Amino acid sequence: MWRQIIPAFRITLVFTLLTGLIYPPLVTGLCQLFFPYQANGSLIRVHGRVVGSALIGQRFTQPGYFHPRPSAAGNGYDAAASGGSNLGPTSRNLVLRVKAAVARFRNHNPDDHGAIPADLLTASGSGLDPDISLASAYAEAPRVAKARGIALARLRQFIHAHAALPWGGFLGEPRVNVLLLNLALDAAYPVKVSR
Amino acid sequence: MSSSGILYFVVFCLALLAATRPLGAYMANVYEGKRTFLYPVLGWLERLVYRLAAVRQDTEQRWTQYAASILAFSLVSFLFVYLLQRLQAWLPLNPMRFGTAHAPANATQVTPPLAFNTAISFMTNTNWQNYGGEQTLGYFVQMAALTVQNFVSAAAGIAVAIAMIRGFARKQVNTIGNFWVDLTRGTVYIMLPLSLIFALFLCWQGVPQTLRPDVHATTLEGRAQIIAVGPVASQEAIKMDGTNGGGFFNANSAHPFENPTPLSNFAELFSILVLSAALCYTFGRMVGDTRQGWALLAAMAILMAVFFFVGYAAEQRGNPNLARLGIATRHSALQPGGNMEGKEVRFGIAASALWAGATTDASNGSVNSMLDSYTPLGGLVPLFNMQTDEVVFGGVGSGLYGILIYAILGVFIAGLMVGRTPEYLGKKIEKKEVKMAMIAVLVTAVIILVFPALSLELPFHAHGYWNPPGPITANFNNAGPHGFSELLYLFTSQSENNGSAFAGINGNTPWLNFAGGLCMLIGRFLFIIPALAIAGSLAAKKRVPATSGTLPTHGGLFVGLLIGTIVIVAALTFFPADSLGPIVEHFLMRQGRLF
Repeated sequence: MWRQIIPAFRITLVFTLLTGLIYPPLVTGLCQLFFPYQANGSLIRVHGRVVGSALIGQRFTQPGYFHPRPSAAGNGYDAAASGGSNLGPTSRNLVLRVKAAVARFRNHNPDDHGAIPADLLTASGSGLDPDISLASAYAEAPRVAKARGIALARLRQFIHAHAALPWGGFLGEPRVNVLLLNLALDAAYPVKVSR
Repeated sequence: MSSSGILYFVVFCLALLAATRPLGAYMANVYEGKRTFLYPVLGWLERLVYRLAAVRQDTEQRWTQYAASILAFSLVSFLFVYLLQRLQAWLPLNPMRFGTAHAPANATQVTPPLAFNTAISFMTNTNWQNYGGEQTLGYFVQMAALTVQNFVSAAAGIAVAIAMIRGFARKQVNTIGNFWVDLTRGTVYIMLPLSLIFALFLCWQGVPQTLRPDVHATTLEGRAQIIAVGPVASQEAIKMDGTNGGGFFNANSAHPFENPTPLSNFAELFSILVLSAALCYTFGRMVGDTRQGWALLAAMAILMAVFFFVGYAAEQRGNPNLARLGIATRHSALQPGGNMEGKEVRFGIAASALWAGATTDASNGSVNSMLDSYTPLGGLVPLFNMQTDEVVFGGVGSGLYGILIYAILGVFIAGLMVGRTPEYLGKKIEKKEVKMAMIAVLVTAVIILVFPALSLELPFHAHGYWNPPGPITANFNNAGPHGFSELLYLFTSQSENNGSAFAGINGNTPWLNFAGGLCMLIGRFLFIIPALAIAGSLAAKKRVPATSGTLPTHGGLFVGLLIGTIVIVAALTFFPADSLGPIVEHFLMRQGRLF
């Protein structure tokens, strides 16, 4: 084995150079050239200020905005500390957390009476899920419609227009991107949102 | 289960099948030293590597030299990764200044035990991570240490598989190829071009690729949000192609920046298994009978399908403890339903369950949903997949040499039943081969079972050196049987060089860093060395002509025998341990017991 150490050392240096110090910067250059928006994190600017990334969820609490899923990333939607709750199916903490979320949801959405969609009360794997299911958006719609003074039927149409549906019937789930939907709402039905 | 979920699986299998033959034939040409269509483009690079590394392309190695080369290469790789991590404070491209006093407040310190575990992890193609990437490592370490190992540990795995194929294909010679040449060819002609194209594809889908520091945003409601970015696409591509699985971010492929869309998810899922599937065809080509490769592929596909549907059904049925609270868990045209804790909406249940199966069929270990939050049976699938030694497709290379070892055991058992010296591909399977196959299978089984037991029995003290939280149960994120599942999964994953986790457990303590590191070393090299020993022994043998008494190894009988051997060996070994974790939890969950 010791006789092989010298070639091992040399080839490790060569591959470190090739795959570690040439390949990533080469990819960086090509990506920045061809896909600069994506390569820099799909950032969204409003009046020149970065308000977030189209791919990364963020917290919303005001009634006039759609709300995202619960998040276990840091203190919630911490995009520098991704992660899930990692609570198992027999975890008391999980059941208590979801029970509290059910109560909160009923409190904030008195006009929705159906069973609550599973995704809306469970924490995503990344803690940064940008989407909610279409069912979840419809469940929140009465609250948002009331807060913004829009007819519910019109808001449901609006949601549908911004939804992503499974491609080819199997690729992806029916969903809406919460940040993009809220941005579109602000543009189409502006309200004075308190900061 | 829904028709769209089943369609997803069918399309996935068809895509794999379509790629198997062309890619497998290409790889056979690469390793046989033939001029492929990429030779005019990359031939100079291959020759340059040989010149710089002083490798002689035309020399061949005996199995002992081949094994010594891998060991030496792995040792040097380990030292590189260890040192780069420990020195990151002084390295460039560290905009978050990890390792210094100016690092973010929530940063993880790279202690010697953690650096030890991570270095072994990436060198052995395991990619177990006791840290969260965006909180621990600067861009230089991610590129020059981890990305490099993602390439070469994968190429080393394929090299071993190719050496083993040569053992079957050659006759009466004492050499099985040259490790340095196989390593170089795999990296230059397979890993590099695939990763380059895939990285661009991923960036197009939304994966960042930048050397700038984290982005400061002010959200619509006026909160501050710091968004971690980095050279993600280049690492993500080889992380999937090379069945590595170590995430740039803590949340791995659940993170929208590692896996932004349903299409990127499908492509990443495909790239977990495609090289391993294609290697079956490479095997058939190189031993001169492609039916032999298709037989292996058939056994793999059947096992994959069965376990996928078990896991998918369990996850779609969801968690009765949550359903009771008034939550809709049925799949519909408006929502995925099911057990969505730890899963992303854009992937839903089917694409998450398929990933959980595929990543543990292979030794990939990436996740697009948090396995710790799976239902008991949904979580048992990835656990049991690993316990079959990951021979269902398996890691690049490691899957093929793994299933060849099971094939040897299979024909041996069949030989015992009829009282005849077993043969496989015209080679007599004798004492030495069976002994080596048994070592490979037994050693990993022993460490998977002994280390969790040892961890539970050792008297750790709170605030002590070895495990500061106290007894090992204090490291668990969940109480009851699920806590034990976390521990069993930790050692299974590291021993099998997988890298996926029931991630709630705190593995970043000196004991778990060292014990896990040891398991990864044993699991990798006490499988590779016996595999190469078998290759050397087989290469020296004559080819015996097939007679009417020879068991044909390309038909349904052999496929059934192989599946039986794999399942029975794993089930007999691990049923008691699995009963204490996921199996008992399943029944307790249905009774509504909480912990």
